Amino acid sequence: MSRSPYVSQAPSVSNIMLKVMLALLPAIAVYVWVYGSGILLVLLLASLTALVAEALVLRIRQRPVWPFVSDCSALLTAWLLALSLPPLAPWWLVVVGTFFAIVVAKQLYGGLGYNPFNPAMVGYAVLLISFPAIMTNWPAPLSLAETSLDWTTQWNIILSGQLPAGVLPDAVSMATPLDYIKTQLKLNHSVDSILQAGQFGWFAGKGAELVAFAYLLGGAYLLHQKIITWHLPISFILGLALMAAGFHWYQPELYAGAGLHLFAGATMLGAFFILTDPVSGPTTPNGKIIFALGVAVMTYLIRTFGGYPDGVAFSVLLMNMLVPLIDAWTQPRVFGHKP
Amino acid sequence: MFSLNRIVDLIKQPVHRTEVHLRGGVHPDEHKHESTQQPIMSLPIPHQIVLPLRQHVGHLPKLLVKVGERVKKGQLLAEAEGSISAAIHATTSGTVIAVQDSLIPHPSGLPDQCIVIAADGLDEWVDLHPMDWRQQSPASLIEHLRLSGIVGMGGAAFPTQVKLRTTPKSPVHTLIVNGAECEPYITCDDMLMRERATQIIQGLAIARHIMGVENCIIGIEDNKPEALQAMTEAAAKADFAVQVKVVATMYPSGDARQLIRLLTGIEVPNDKRSTDVGLQCFNVATLLALHRYFDFGEPAVSRIVTMTGRVNEPRNYEVLFGTPMTDLIAASGGALSGVDDYIMGGPMMGFSLPSIHVPVTKASNCIIASAPDLFPPAAEAMPCIRCARCADACPVQLQPQELYWFAKSENIEKAREYHLFDCIECGCCSYVCPSNIPLVQYYRFAKSEAIAQDRAKEAANVARERNEFRLMRIDREKQERAQRHAQKALGSKDSSEQAPAAATNTEDAASKQAAIQAAIERAKAQKAQMKPKNVEDAPTQVKAEIAEIDARREQAKQAVTQSQAQPAAQQASLFDQAPASSDANSADKD
Repeated sequence: MSRSPYVSQAPSVSNIMLKVMLALLPAIAVYVWVYGSGILLVLLLASLTALVAEALVLRIRQRPVWPFVSDCSALLTAWLLALSLPPLAPWWLVVVGTFFAIVVAKQLYGGLGYNPFNPAMVGYAVLLISFPAIMTNWPAPLSLAETSLDWTTQWNIILSGQLPAGVLPDAVSMATPLDYIKTQLKLNHSVDSILQAGQFGWFAGKGAELVAFAYLLGGAYLLHQKIITWHLPISFILGLALMAAGFHWYQPELYAGAGLHLFAGATMLGAFFILTDPVSGPTTPNGKIIFALGVAVMTYLIRTFGGYPDGVAFSVLLMNMLVPLIDAWTQPRVFGHKP
Repeated sequence: MFSLNRIVDLIKQPVHRTEVHLRGGVHPDEHKHESTQQPIMSLPIPHQIVLPLRQHVGHLPKLLVKVGERVKKGQLLAEAEGSISAAIHATTSGTVIAVQDSLIPHPSGLPDQCIVIAADGLDEWVDLHPMDWRQQSPASLIEHLRLSGIVGMGGAAFPTQVKLRTTPKSPVHTLIVNGAECEPYITCDDMLMRERATQIIQGLAIARHIMGVENCIIGIEDNKPEALQAMTEAAAKADFAVQVKVVATMYPSGDARQLIRLLTGIEVPNDKRSTDVGLQCFNVATLLALHRYFDFGEPAVSRIVTMTGRVNEPRNYEVLFGTPMTDLIAASGGALSGVDDYIMGGPMMGFSLPSIHVPVTKASNCIIASAPDLFPPAAEAMPCIRCARCADACPVQLQPQELYWFAKSENIEKAREYHLFDCIECGCCSYVCPSNIPLVQYYRFAKSEAIAQDRAKEAANVARERNEFRLMRIDREKQERAQRHAQKALGSKDSSEQAPAAATNTEDAASKQAAIQAAIERAKAQKAQMKPKNVEDAPTQVKAEIAEIDARREQAKQAVTQSQAQPAAQQASLFDQAPASSDANSADKD
C-alpha cells in the first residue's frame, strides 16, 4: 500500500483561521479605542452564537461536532460579521445575523468548504435588508460624540437595545463618512467643501480611518505569513483606487478621491479579510485578479450611484456567483502544454 | 589536495548556477546527512538470492535456466523479450534451487515470478568481455545492451537500451545527467558522485557516443557540495565538453522533465518525449552501469542502496540484486525500537514494503526504517477549503483542488479535461494540504478508473464488432445456401449452365474475401480510434507504467478468481496483443 507522501508540512485549518483572527486583533484594539468597548460584547455574542449554531447543526447533520467546531472557521465568520455591524447594535441583531450566516449560508450548503457565498457577508446582507435603520445607524467616534458613553452604558445599550434615559440618539450617533458625503452631495455641496467637515481626518472619517489602517496592518501580517496571496487585496485596492481617481479626475466636485474610498467603509476589511475567504472565492491567480477587480468596480458603483452607503458585501456576494465561471476560464497553462 | 592543475581546470569548467527556477515545488527536511557520514560499503554475499524476473518497466523477460542448474555471477538467467524489457543475470555464483512466485518489493504487495539461487560463496564470474565501444556502431552497442540488464537506476527502472535509441527524425543534441536527487533521505546518487565521479563520466562518454550527442549537462542540487566538486573535477578531465550546473534544492527538481527545464530552459511538450526536442536524461548510476558493462563486461548485478531512517547506522551499501532486505537492515546495525514499517524510495513518492522478506531489486534506491514518530499517520482529513496551496506547490501547474473534486465525485471525464494524466504524483499537493487530504491517492484512483473505462469501452467495441461480423456471416451463409439450392435446381435442368455458375462461385468467394477484409479494416479503424484519451500524450515511461499496472490488475484478478482464471487470462491476452494479431484472432474464431 502506498500512502505517500509520508511527510507533510502544512498549517492546519484551525491554525489558518486562528492566524486570520490574530490579524484582526490590531483593528479590534483600535476599534475599542475609537468607538469604545461595545464591540467586545458584540464579538462575544457573535462568537457564542456561532459556536452554538455550528454545534447544533453538526449534531442534526450527524457530523462529528468537535473537529468542525474546533477548526475555528465559525468563530472567524462570527468575528468578521461582528466587525461589519454598527458597534452598538442590539444583541438580537448580532444573534440573528450570526445564526443566519452559520446555519443558512454555511451549514445548509454543506458546512466547511462547501458554501458558495461568503457566510459573513450573507449574514450582513440579510441584516442590512431586513433592518436598514439599525444597520445604518453608526455611533460617532468617542472623540466626536457630544455625549460619550462609558463601557457599562455601551454594554447596556447592546443588551437592552435602547439608549439610556436622557441621551438623544443624535448625541451619540453620526452619519458614516460615505453616507454623509452622499447626503451632502444631494444638497449640492461640492466634495471639497464636504470634506472640510470636522468628522473627516487625513483620508476619510476621523477614527474610522485608523481602524482601516489597522486592518491594512493585519493584512500585511497575513501576506507575510503566506495565509493569503497578494492577488486579491492588491487588485481590489488598486481597482477601487483607479475607479475613484478616474471619476475624481473627471469631476472633482462630484466624486471623492481614491484616499477616501480606500480608508472609508469596509475597503480594508474587505480587501484582506472578506475577499480572501478561500472557500467562496476563486483559486487561480488570474481568477483572483478578475474577481477582485469585479468587486472593486461594483463596490465603487454601489457606493457612488447605488442606494446603499457601502457596497463591499453585495459586490462580494455577486462576484461569488461568478466564481465557478472565473475559475474555469482562468485555468493556468499546465507544464508542457501550449499557451 | 588541490593542485594548480585542478584549480585551472575548475576555472576552465566554471560551475553554473541555473537561472531557471522550479515553478511550485516544496522543500521538505532533507535528512540526507545521516546516511552520508560513511563511505559506501559492499554488503557481503548473501546465502540466498531471490531475483524477480520483473525488476523493470515492461515485458517479462524469457527464462533461460532450469532448477538445479549451476550459474556463475553475471550469467544471463532471463533475456529481454519484446521491445521494452530487460535481462536478468545471476548476481553471484551458485545453484538455481527454485523458480517460484515470491513476494517482491512492489506497492501492489503481490507475489511475482522469481529465480532463487543458493549462493556458493565463491562469487565466480562468467567470462567477461569488455568491449572497445569506440570502434562499434551505436546500433550494435544498443543491441548488446539488451543483454546488459541495465535499467534506469533513479527508481523508474525503465530499460536503458530503449532510452539510448535515437531515430533520424529526432536526433538528440543534449544529454542531461540527473544528479539532482531531490527526494529527502535518499543519498545513493550523492555518494556515488562523491566516490565514483570518474566512472560516471566514463559512462557518460559511452552514452554520448551511442547517441551521437555534443552537449552534456550534469545537474546537481546545491545541497550536495561534495558531489558537485567531485563531478566538476571529473568533468574537467573528460576529453569532451561537460557542463556542471547547480540547481537550487527544491523537490521535485529531479523529475526528468523538471530538471531538463531547469538546466536548458526547454519545457518538453506534454505530448512529446524529451527526445523529440533533442534531449535525453540519464541518472548518474545508470551511466555508471553503462561504464561497467562496456569497459569491464559486467552486466547489471548490483546497485547502491541507501539504508536510513530508524536504524543504528544509516549508510549507503553496494548491494547485489536479489539480496534479502533483512541482510541490508542487519548490516546497518538493525532497526531501532518502534520501527513498524519499511519504505522503499523516499518519503514523498515511496511506498511501504509488503514485508521485509523481499529482495533488493534494480529499483531499490533507498530503504527507510520508519516509525510512527518519524512519519506519523496523517491526521483526519478535513474538507477542502480551496486555499489553493496545492496549486501553488504543483510543479506542473495543475489545479489539484479541482482534480480532487472531480476524482471524489468520480467525474473522470472532467478530471481528464483538467489534465489528470499530466500529474506526476510527486506528492507536493498532499505535502502542503492544511486539510490533510490524501490527494495523490485520489489521483491514482481517478487514473485507474479512467484507464478501466477506456478498457471497458474498447472491450464493448470489440464485442460489438464481433457480433456484427457474426450476423453478417450468418446472413451470407444463408444467401449462399439459397444460391446453392437454386443452382442445384438449375443444374439438374441444364448442365450447360454450369460454367457460368462456377464463375459466379469464384466471384462469390472474392466478394466474401472482400467482406471479411472490410470487417477487419473496420475493426482496426475502430480500435485505433478507441485509444485511451489523454493517455497517449503520456510519456513512454508513464505508458509503460500503466501497462505494468494493468498487468498487475489482471494478475490480481486472476489470483482472486482462481476458478475463473482461464477466461480472465484470455481477456488479458486479448488486450495485450498487438492490434493486428488480435484482429486475426477474432477473425479466426469467427
